[in-house]
Amino acid sequence: MSSVEAPSVVESAFDVQRIRRDFPILTRSIREQNLVYLDSAATTQKPQPVLDTLANYYATGNANIHRGVYLLSEEATAAYDRAREKVQGLLNARAAHEIIFTRNSTESINLVAQSYGRQTLGAGDEVLITHMEHHSNIVPWQLLCEQVGARLCVAPIDDDGTLQLDEFQRLISPRTRLVAVVHLSNSLGTINPVQDIVRMAHARGVPVLIDGSQSVYHMPVDVQALDCDFYVFTGHKLYGPTGIGVLYGRESLLEQMPPYQGGGDMIRSVTFDKTTYAELPHKFEAGTPHIAGAIGLGAAVDYLLSVGFEGIGRHEADLLTYGTNALSEVKGLQLIGTSPNKASILSFVMDGAHPHDIGTIVDSDGIAIRTGHHCTQPVMDRFGVPATARASIAMYNTHEEIDALVKALEHVRETFAV
Amino acid sequence: MSDLRDLYQEVILDHNKHPHNFGELADADRHADGFNPLCGDKLVVYVNLDGDTITEVRFEGSGCAISKASASLMTDSVKGKTLVEVRELFDRFLNLVTDEDAADDGHALGKLAVFAGVRDYPARVKCASLAWHTLRAAVEDRHGVVTTE
Repeated sequence: MSSVEAPSVVESAFDVQRIRRDFPILTRSIREQNLVYLDSAATTQKPQPVLDTLANYYATGNANIHRGVYLLSEEATAAYDRAREKVQGLLNARAAHEIIFTRNSTESINLVAQSYGRQTLGAGDEVLITHMEHHSNIVPWQLLCEQVGARLCVAPIDDDGTLQLDEFQRLISPRTRLVAVVHLSNSLGTINPVQDIVRMAHARGVPVLIDGSQSVYHMPVDVQALDCDFYVFTGHKLYGPTGIGVLYGRESLLEQMPPYQGGGDMIRSVTFDKTTYAELPHKFEAGTPHIAGAIGLGAAVDYLLSVGFEGIGRHEADLLTYGTNALSEVKGLQLIGTSPNKASILSFVMDGAHPHDIGTIVDSDGIAIRTGHHCTQPVMDRFGVPATARASIAMYNTHEEIDALVKALEHVRETFAV
Repeated sequence: MSDLRDLYQEVILDHNKHPHNFGELADADRHADGFNPLCGDKLVVYVNLDGDTITEVRFEGSGCAISKASASLMTDSVKGKTLVEVRELFDRFLNLVTDEDAADDGHALGKLAVFAGVRDYPARVKCASLAWHTLRAAVEDRHGVVTTE
């Protein structure tokens, strides 16, 4: 340890206990026991730097952005713009104005459906999705299809939750106008081969939207390398605040798209005869945005990158393997979603115990997991279950927490005498 | 685990495992579908009526232990009762599972009193009340799916 390089090596090593100290909520007790938080796929907990950034912004930096000629407003505008640049860096977008701030992934997808979709699709055209989409990547397209007389096509998945890529390719027809796929499934954990999907779609001239809600906080994403046309995610799953989301759009597409909402900030000039719209990204950001949320998201991006995807990826993959093995040994438990290419999600059902009861019982041991259909009812139907219990992993989880879950599942078995 | 035993009483676990009046009632006078979109619980309640008296009632579907046991115990307790009596029972039951200050209404509710523990688990109230909402829709001959949302 006397080597000069040693301290930096130690510093760059992933230390889960050090990470945990950054998340104040993890010291909370639940029903007189330590909180074991295994519901990060629903929302992640927030590290101190994000909490500090939010508090500091409101305590010392709050002003409305744009057009203010006073220092406070200029500072807020600069902080908001910096947050956009941080997201640009996270996704490796070509330009900051390809990053549009929205409320969440859902709003980002609705924006694309109602702006790009309504402009581009007509009667008989098709939108292609997969069977493992979240409702937020199904319903906006159904609404669009009803509005323009288009058809929603669904690519099937295997029994282990893997997308049938051959079928997917076959379903890209001359009428397909848009492909929308999830990067990492929230209910199965499947990682889709988005690079292949983009290549196949582009070979037929079809643009691709990727729902990155579950992926951006687990793995590096490079929209230029992926060559995707739209990429959406939500801030609160990336250790950031709720109410702030992101739409990345390829500049040439965003330029040709009409505004999604009208109002202040998105205009160049307004008269009662004619309104002209602002440049990107402001054309798509009508009204006062969630300034604090964007700045808080910027802090979350900084935090995520300072920990580093290499360490996060290794730690989470290790936990997933450990959890998969541990849960597989629980009698009567069946994992739903066992694709060879998956991350962070352990969805399961147990003989004789409904997921809802599992959730209540493990909560009495201080363990937070999600139970239900996870906004993916077609996935539940596909696997013939009404619901699943889902433990999901983030950078701050530990092997001991997986052990605690397994122990709590024994209480489930005792209660139901499984 | 003591709180949990209040919720998952033996009677509830028994009815979950061996529900009474479970299965379709062929040629039922009335039936309604119930759905809890929160957790995916689905059930159908079938009713035969003689005037305003419930002569037969059955249910089928899938759900958690609370919703299944609630449906099972409900069918036991409403058979032979008039619709007015059933409505009163439903009101008392809802009171039992939602109102923290509710006096223990064990006598009037009979076996249904085992659901008193539900009031400490607000997220589970819908599980306990789904069958009752569905029964009400069935006897009122309302069409469409009843949801707890």
